[in-house]
Amino acid sequence: MGKLMDIKYGLAATFNSAKELFDAAGLVREEGYKEWECYTPIPVHGLDAQMGVGRSKVPCFTLLGGITGFCTGMLIVWFMNAYDYPLIVGGKPYFSPIYPFPVFYELTILFAAFGTLFGMFFLNRLPRHNHPVFEHPSFGRTGDDKYMIVIEVEDPKFDDDVTKDFLKSVGGKSITLIREPINS
Amino acid sequence: MSVKPSDSTSAIPSELLSKIKPAKWEDTPLVLNKRNFHWVTEKICGIVEQKTPTWWWWCFITAMAIASFTGLGLLYLVSTGVGVWGNNNPVNWGWAIVNFVFWIGIGHAGTLISAILCLLKQKWRTSINRASEAMTVFAVMCAGIFPLFHVGRVWFAWWLFPLPNANAIWPQFRSPLEWDVFAVSTYFTVSILFWYMGMIPDLAVLRDRAKETWRKYFYGVLAMGWRNANNHWRNFEMAYLLLAGLSTPLVLSVHTIVSFDFAVANLPGWHTTIFPPYFVAGAIFSGFGMVLTLLLPLRAIFGLHDLITEKHIDNMCKIILATGSMVGYAYSMEFFIAWYGANSYEGFAFINRAFGNYWWAYWIMISCNVICPQLFWFKSIKNNIPLVWIISIFVNVGMWFERFVIANTTLSRDFLPSSWGYYSPTVVDIFTFFGTFGFFSILFLLFLRFLPLMPMAEVKSVMPAADPHGGKH
Repeated sequence: MGKLMDIKYGLAATFNSAKELFDAAGLVREEGYKEWECYTPIPVHGLDAQMGVGRSKVPCFTLLGGITGFCTGMLIVWFMNAYDYPLIVGGKPYFSPIYPFPVFYELTILFAAFGTLFGMFFLNRLPRHNHPVFEHPSFGRTGDDKYMIVIEVEDPKFDDDVTKDFLKSVGGKSITLIREPINS
Repeated sequence: MSVKPSDSTSAIPSELLSKIKPAKWEDTPLVLNKRNFHWVTEKICGIVEQKTPTWWWWCFITAMAIASFTGLGLLYLVSTGVGVWGNNNPVNWGWAIVNFVFWIGIGHAGTLISAILCLLKQKWRTSINRASEAMTVFAVMCAGIFPLFHVGRVWFAWWLFPLPNANAIWPQFRSPLEWDVFAVSTYFTVSILFWYMGMIPDLAVLRDRAKETWRKYFYGVLAMGWRNANNHWRNFEMAYLLLAGLSTPLVLSVHTIVSFDFAVANLPGWHTTIFPPYFVAGAIFSGFGMVLTLLLPLRAIFGLHDLITEKHIDNMCKIILATGSMVGYAYSMEFFIAWYGANSYEGFAFINRAFGNYWWAYWIMISCNVICPQLFWFKSIKNNIPLVWIISIFVNVGMWFERFVIANTTLSRDFLPSSWGYYSPTVVDIFTFFGTFGFFSILFLLFLRFLPLMPMAEVKSVMPAADPHGGKH
């Protein structure tokens, strides 16, 4: 098995500052591109709106985790202290939602935290160790101090020359065609 | 956002301005000397990418030697029995609970910095939060040792969890000790999740810079394929905010539940409603003491003066001053209520605390926790780094004595004078506790060597270059 073939993934343009990238991202969106992404060393403030993407869906997973945790806590306390092995403590009722409150509380937080982390992974489609953008020769700089916009071949408006000129016109430097190696 | 002078004064007529001469407001930058992003990357990655420094090996070997005391202490305990500790009637908790609460409390500052200061948008937290979170995780590990081995037959410690066992008996959920199992294990797990998730973008930076194969695999696997995409950041930031929101009630609940271990018991000196807030304030106080104890040497060794600035140290001193004063207030309020409540047992418990069999521990506690932090009212003391470091150690000592005073004065002098006793630790107690500092140091040194000390992306985010609007916001 070797890298016998490759296919085009997209065109990358780099930018030197958050402001340059921010302005360029607005122009890319206005131009009508759909399949594109910004790569930045920091979460750039306001870039979501500039790219036209909505709010993150992570809170749904947090809520789901929290509800699961709360119910799990209720269930184990009821099952263990009131149903499977009823335990008389101080002549009080076997089950009440009040006394084991710390148990529900902690399990709600625990499961919500797992929901948040795994929700983030799921929405980001991680782990994935082999993404084509890693083939860009200076991809590592996007974690340091460079900013990058990649417009993918998948985009209906993508055209080798037109897109290249467009990226140049919005201020992109070192326009590079990213090729994705595939095994055949 | 800070308001620029030009924005706030533009609407005012210029003749009025020349008359009132408004002072210029300038925010102290959080990263000094106009450093750029690349400098931050090189600085933080450089710490883990450089050749292992000699001092690191010396510290590591010393830490191993100290940690072996815990190892030997626990080995002796497991092979002989829990009687090798000084716990006996009437003081059945002894150092085990003192050390447990001490270490758990230290962890709280890490979560305060990473979660509560994040929700309060305190931007100065960025350069200190990673190391503080690491401190939290390692401190909770040290804390866990004591209740775990105090159960005596440690191989049955899993009975604490609601798992089916051969006796067909379940845990009793009305017990604060059982609540503690849930609180502490949740705290440990969520602290690790928060710490790890915050580290993912930095691990990706280390992965992309890695030269050696082992580094590529190590950081590659941990970074989960993170690729700095805006879509990633979007979900990451939301998840980070949510975890901060979840950790805030969590950290407050953990020390509240730890205080229930005492407050739910019907003993004079323990059975008070002030315990939860008083314990939480004390935990944050001790934790900030430990953060300063750890970070001030690191700042000097790695030359991080541009990232952990005088402003950071000043802010931490202020938090120590505030929480130290809260603790001092709680001490006096306990006395007031003991008198005002007119319960003779309660009154005796507090007179005994200050002037009874453990009077020396009480006054060590008062001098370290109440008097010492008051020095931070003075700017000259806050700016004197070696002195700040020494005071931070006093804070740690004082907070250990606080738990000692609470646990032991009450237990050694309960209702019946016939059951009174005096508790002294054995050499095994002392060894086991001493060694936990080595265990903590081993973990912290490994953290320094292999993981990014500061969240690079977060530090960069509070620099002027991160602003996409070029200062016009």
